[in-house]
Amino acid sequence: METIIEVNGLERVFGQNRAVDGMTFHVKQGEVFGLLGPNGAGKTTTVRLLNGILPPSGGTARVFGLDPSIDGQRVRRQTGVLTESPALYERLSARENLEFFGALAGIPVEKLSQRVLDILMFFGLQDRLEDKVETYSKGMKQRLALARALIHEPPLLFLDEPTSGLDPEAAQQVNELIAGLSQRNGQTILLATHNLPEAQRLCDRVAVMNKGRILAMGSLKDLTRKLWPVTWVDITFWEAPAETVTGSLKSQRGVMQVTGQGDALQVQVENEEVIPQVVQHLTGQGASILRVNPRDYTLEDIYFSLQAGEK
Amino acid sequence: MNWRSIWTIAKKDLKEVSQNKMAWGPGIVVPLVFAVFMPLVFIILPQMVPVEDVQRELGDLDAMLRAMPPALQALFEGKSLEQMFVLYMAGFMLAPLFLIMPLMFSTVIGSDSFVGERERKTMEALLYTPTSDMELFLGKVLAAVIPAIGLSWITYVVYIIVVNVTSYPLFGRIWFPLPTWWPLMLWMTPALAVLGISATVLISSRVRTFMEAYQMSASLVVLVLALVAGQVSGVLFLGIGTTLIIGTVIWLVDAALIYISVKNFKRSALVAKL
Repeated sequence: METIIEVNGLERVFGQNRAVDGMTFHVKQGEVFGLLGPNGAGKTTTVRLLNGILPPSGGTARVFGLDPSIDGQRVRRQTGVLTESPALYERLSARENLEFFGALAGIPVEKLSQRVLDILMFFGLQDRLEDKVETYSKGMKQRLALARALIHEPPLLFLDEPTSGLDPEAAQQVNELIAGLSQRNGQTILLATHNLPEAQRLCDRVAVMNKGRILAMGSLKDLTRKLWPVTWVDITFWEAPAETVTGSLKSQRGVMQVTGQGDALQVQVENEEVIPQVVQHLTGQGASILRVNPRDYTLEDIYFSLQAGEK
Repeated sequence: MNWRSIWTIAKKDLKEVSQNKMAWGPGIVVPLVFAVFMPLVFIILPQMVPVEDVQRELGDLDAMLRAMPPALQALFEGKSLEQMFVLYMAGFMLAPLFLIMPLMFSTVIGSDSFVGERERKTMEALLYTPTSDMELFLGKVLAAVIPAIGLSWITYVVYIIVVNVTSYPLFGRIWFPLPTWWPLMLWMTPALAVLGISATVLISSRVRTFMEAYQMSASLVVLVLALVAGQVSGVLFLGIGTTLIIGTVIWLVDAALIYISVKNFKRSALVAKL
């Protein structure tokens, strides 16, 4: 698959503050890539650098093979950006807002009106197209801002905190729209967020950032393996097995540790492939198993573990 | 250079300004005062008060007329007292005051367009569009200059009509505008509109709110007040030659300010202010 974004040792310094400090990553076509980090981690600055509205202090960035600091206009023709605040003209209507941004994006005059109507319909705003944006709810504004970012059908989308400040219902709506964009349209998406469940739901890969640096990068599975190379399994029995049964478990290949007592055991194994053998061994010894739960790590576990390590 | 983008930005800004009462409020009140209220006072009043009172006024008027360049003094020859008073007030004294308008309009609209956009947090989305820095700059400058000049010219037209209609019983003919007004309207007014916006662009890089930008750029009105003082005291009379020279000086200052503004108008600088 084609590489859409390629970043090597990218730096941006503001006075004494290193907002982006030697970032290296790449994003493939059709991928949803998350930049995760607390406020001030450098996520927004990275989006600005990749769109050529800020020049880097060091390193290189290529978007569609172009250097954004030199070919910013050509890069921005192929990108759509959802900014952290909706950044809409509140005194204008939804139609006027989209016509404005559509015209600047170079949509031909004869196609602009239809494109605006189509996208407003897609986002369920067609009934309010002539209403001033100041009369919209937060969720509607965010949907309209997303429509603005997509008006020229860009192959690459930057979403900066897309659900920030939205109520759970509106946030869910926006997340569903984003998920649909990547699944249906195959758009490449760079999602900058500190909303971890959102990132877990939407992203194929993430980079966890702090103070302008990438602490770790990969898929949820990759990061889990990196941080917790061994797996824990929680086993619940119908009846507490005899101590000899649990004792014999310790000598099984791939089993590293067994803790707990009574009808609940916690077993540490080398990897997930060992789990069926553990179950087979226990049932072979006459134990009646009620539940087997390999412990899942969420992006939240990974994130906080990495950020704690950084501290 | 993509002119469609430039016009799109200018049209959007004009639409936005038209929705901002704080921005267009002065655009209605000031022209009304200058073009309707003041001429009514200075033209109708002398026609209603006794001639002796006008005569009393003439003591000062005489001194002022003597301070005028001889070519302008000739305009007053053979005129009645009332005619001289109206000619002097409507034709000369109010002239420099009209120069406040292009300055005021361009600074109000420019402040709303450059700083207001930042204040309303809409600037970032604009910076992410595939426009060049120059297109953004020109779009915003046009959005301020076009209505500033347009509104000033409309005010002049209203003033010309009001002056001629109200003074017709006194003069019996259409006598206004005087030749001295043409360079004022066509040369100095656009120069001041551009001065207002170029100063606003520079100021906008140093302030954060619309009001700050407006107050700072509005201080340029001092320039116009100096011209008013010059006219009243007879030190600097706005004849054709003087107006052309002052206008040229302002255009040169405009050119310098625009050059500096264009050099400073960078996306990266605007982003840093967000």
